[in-house]
Parts: sequence; structure tokens; C-alpha cells
Amino acid sequence: MITSAPLWSVLVVPAVLAAFAAAAVAADALLAARAAGRPLRAAAAAGPLAEVPRLLAGQRRTTLAPDALLWRLGVLTVPAAGVLAALVIPFGDVTASRMSVGVVWFNAMEVLTWAGLWMAGWGANSALSLVGGYRFVAQGLAYELPLMFALIAAAAGAQSLNVADIAGAQSHLWFAVWMPAAFIVYLVSVWAFSFLGPFAYPAGRDLAGGVLAELSGVDRLALEAGRWLLLTAGAGMAVPLFLGGGTGPALPAWAWSAVKTLAVLALLVWARRRLPVLRADRYAELAWVVLIPLTVGQALVPALVDLTR
Amino acid sequence: MSLQLFLLLAAGLFAIGLYGALSQQSIVMIMMGLELMLNGVIGAAAAFWHYVAPAAGDGQVLVVVAVVAMAVEMAAGFAVATAIFRARDVDMTDMAADLKR
Amino acid sequence: MTAVVFWVLAPLAAASGFMVFRFASMARVTIALLVSFLATGGLLIVLGLGYLGVVVILMMVMEMIIMAVFMIAYMMNPAGLISMTMDHNKRGALAISVTSFLLLGAGIFAVPWPRRAGARPADPTFQLGKALMTTQMLTMITLAFVLFATMVAAVVLATGRGRYDRFGDDLKRRPAAGPVRGGVGR
Repeated sequence: MITSAPLWSVLVVPAVLAAFAAAAVAADALLAARAAGRPLRAAAAAGPLAEVPRLLAGQRRTTLAPDALLWRLGVLTVPAAGVLAALVIPFGDVTASRMSVGVVWFNAMEVLTWAGLWMAGWGANSALSLVGGYRFVAQGLAYELPLMFALIAAAAGAQSLNVADIAGAQSHLWFAVWMPAAFIVYLVSVWAFSFLGPFAYPAGRDLAGGVLAELSGVDRLALEAGRWLLLTAGAGMAVPLFLGGGTGPALPAWAWSAVKTLAVLALLVWARRRLPVLRADRYAELAWVVLIPLTVGQALVPALVDLTR
Repeated sequence: MSLQLFLLLAAGLFAIGLYGALSQQSIVMIMMGLELMLNGVIGAAAAFWHYVAPAAGDGQVLVVVAVVAMAVEMAAGFAVATAIFRARDVDMTDMAADLKR
Repeated sequence: MTAVVFWVLAPLAAASGFMVFRFASMARVTIALLVSFLATGGLLIVLGLGYLGVVVILMMVMEMIIMAVFMIAYMMNPAGLISMTMDHNKRGALAISVTSFLLLGAGIFAVPWPRRAGARPADPTFQLGKALMTTQMLTMITLAFVLFATMVAAVVLATGRGRYDRFGDDLKRRPAAGPVRGGVGR
């Protein structure tokens, strides 16, 4: 039975999320080192994490006539979105917020990234940055509806919008097993809203970093950390939504939550290196013509199952 | 925090939106005024649900209708603005007076 | 507690709504409108409509960013760096708006509002769903048709290409010609 933790747990959530994100970043660095042919050492894994104090102390760039309010606000919104989305994720038997509309809250908080990245792209008064922000909006229009229908499919399977209820409704069979299309679309959308992997188009190398082009110092750290926090929050949310939450035979519930989250994170981090970057305008047609009918049909499956039960 | 205060906020948003819808020249800015008016309607409908009739779902349905009206208005408004922009390269309502006698 | 939240969110909604018509930069105008909507979403949550409040927040963030894209595209002065006024009949509009606010305010305080009839349900979300599916099914169907008609009408109005541009003069060219080859190869 998942219970709600006391109010101070709201401060613990960013720390736990950051710990998992750091593990993901370290794993990604190790994979990068292996792909480059360098030996796998602890220094390779700690490389990006050692960037953190350097970025914190680094000088913040400014451009000519930026919209400073929107720029800084946009950059801050991305990690804030990740942390807010993680508030409803249960860790074992404990969750920071047991709100009855947890799935919709998660969706709303990851949509904040739209606002954040558009503002971060616009505020810098730089062409490449603006193009990056617009690329994310184009990508957002493509991934958002399939993601919403995938979340609706999971909620319909449990007949509840409460994340704890969805985790509890999978005691017989995980949703990932009998709703595979929703699960796969959800995982792809996690890459999309954290603009990593095949969806790194807004921060692409052809734009000199896109939204990251004009950022340095603590702003760059905030946006880069925001990407990985969003990825971790998405991976963490996949566990109660599709993988049964903290249930499992031998270990306690929090251990199973951690193991499953790390497994999903490992899959996302490993597979992101295998796929090329998708252009948002080409992906948009795929998303609207193929994925939306697929996920709408997928959302019909739990509805029919509930009707005939 | 009473019904009158919520309705006063709704009336204020409605009035600000009305000012914008009547005084702005650009189609998109007029739409912003309309959105603010619908924002007021949403707040008022929710306040009525809470303070007058919480046992019926009709207040919530009114909120849903207002939100859908907002989405429809935005979609149609931007389509019209795009069409006018394609035809005349401007976005101002003063240039769209073809039906005026 | 809820009173404190109300007195923070309600002036925020009104003030940011007012700032929509004061800012010169179109991006800030859109973000001000977004803040106004987020405040209304918060007020809905305070009133106990958790689902509708979060849905308003979700939809309004998406809609405002799409609106921002259009505003920057169509407005003459998107960044507000050149000062220009783009309104007509300001005094008339102000008079009408103030009059309507005073009339509404008078009505708000003069009307004897009915007393609360019935208690709050345990699950307002379920009440909404049940109402939309049973007693308000006609509303639901009407909304569905209106949304569908809007989708079709918006695409028809906004597109600059027709069948003959896409499929050639004999309507036989496949895949369709267009500025971007889509990912599905249609």
C-alpha cells in the first residue's frame, strides 16, 4: 500500500532524482569511452560529473540585447519540470505526493519543458539558439499526443489516474506485457521530452548546440542537468506505469523500484547511442500518421478488457 | 475567499480581455483578449460549481466547454490569420474589411 | 491556507492579464498570458477541481507556446525593440471595458446567490466523467463534432497547397510533392 511521505520529502526527491541521473550520466560516459576506444576507467565515468563544479564556477555568457528574464526563466524551467514531474513517482511504498491525478500532473510537468526550451531559445537573441527552441516545439507537437494516449492506456488499464493505483493494478500482469505499444511509445517519448538520443535535434551539433549554444556556466549546467533529470523522471515513471511498481519476490519494495528504474535507464542510455538523430519534420508525419492511430487503438484495449471483465 | 471574490476576479479578467479584443489591431492580439475573457469564464464556472452546486457535474462540464471553446477559437483564429497573411502579407484586422459596405 | 493561495493567485492572474496589453515584446506578452492561465489553473485546484486544474495547466502551456510561435511569425514588432502602438479606438474600448466591469461587479454584489445545494463529491474527477458520459452526453458529442470541424476547417484555411500542387495536374503523382518529405514516405 503506497503511502504519502511527509512534506519534507519534497526536498528529498530532487536529491534522489539527481543521484539516479548521475548514475545515468556516468553510464553514458562509460559507453562513450568504450565507443571511442578509450579504456574503461572510473575517471571516464566521473568525467561529466567533474564538469559540475567547473560549470558552477564558470562565467555566465551574455549576448547582445537578450531577453534576460525569459532566457534565465526558460533555462530554469527545464530542471524544475523534471523535479516536479518526479514528485508523483512512488519509490517503493513511499511517494512524495499521493495526488489523485498523478498521471495528468506528470504529463503537465513534462509539458513545462515546451515553455522552458522555447523561452531559452528565444531569450538568447541568437539565431542558432532560436532555431533550437523552434525545433523542440516541432518535436513536441509530434511526440506529445502519442505520449498522452500511452498514458491514457495505462490509466485506463487501472481505471484510475492515481499512480499508486496504477502500480497496484499490475499484480497479475505487468502493463508492459499486454500493452506493449503504449510502453514502447512511452519510452520513445521519454527520449523526446528530454531531447536526448534520437531526439537531440534541438541541441544538435549542426546548430553548434542549438538551445545550448549560447549557454555557459550555471545556465549550461541547469539545462544539461535538466535533460538528464527529465530522462530519469521519465524512466522512474515507467516503473509504476508499466512495470508493476515496487512489487517483486525477494527484495523490499524500494529496492525493486530502484532496480527497475536502473534497468529502464540502462536501456534508454544504451539505445540512445544506437539510433541516429531524427529530424522533427520527418518524425512529425510518422508520429501523426502511424503512432497516434496505434496508441488510440492501444487505449481501446484496456477499455475493452474492463468492459468484458 | 468567497463566491463574490472569485466572480469579481472573473469579471476583471473578462473586462481586461474585452478591452484587448476591442482595442487591438492585430488578429493575434485580439485572440489574446478573447483568451482572457474565456479565462474569466473558466474561473467563474469553477467557482459556481464549488459554491453553488458541487453535487452536480454540470459546473465542471461548463469548465470543459469553456476550455474546448478556447482551443477551437485559437485553432480557427490562427488558421484565419495564416490565410490572411498568405493573401495580403499583413495581420491586421483593418486590412480585412472586404465585407464592409 | 487556501485563502493565502487565493490571495496570491487571483491578483497574479489579473495583473499578468493586464500586462498582456502593456508589454512591447510579443514573447513576454505570451508568457504573461501563460502566467495568467497558470494562476487560473491553480485557482481551480484550490477550489477542489484537481483534474480540471491540472488539465488547464497542461493545455495552456502547450497552447501558449504554439501561440508564441504564431505571434512571432505574424506580428510586425515581435521583440518589442521598436516602440509602436498597434491599437485603435483605445478610449472607446476602455470605456466599454470599464462599464462592463462595473455592471458585472454591481451584479455580483447585488444578486442573492443561491445557497450551496448538496455536498462535494468524494471524487470530482469521477463526477465529471460520469456527467460527461451520462447526463451531458449531448454536450460531449457536440464538443467532439465542433473539434473535428475545427480541425478540418483550420487545415483547409491554413494550407497553401491544394490537391493539384501535391499530386500534379493529373492527380497521379505519388508520393505527394511538398516542401518536406515526411518520414513515412507518403
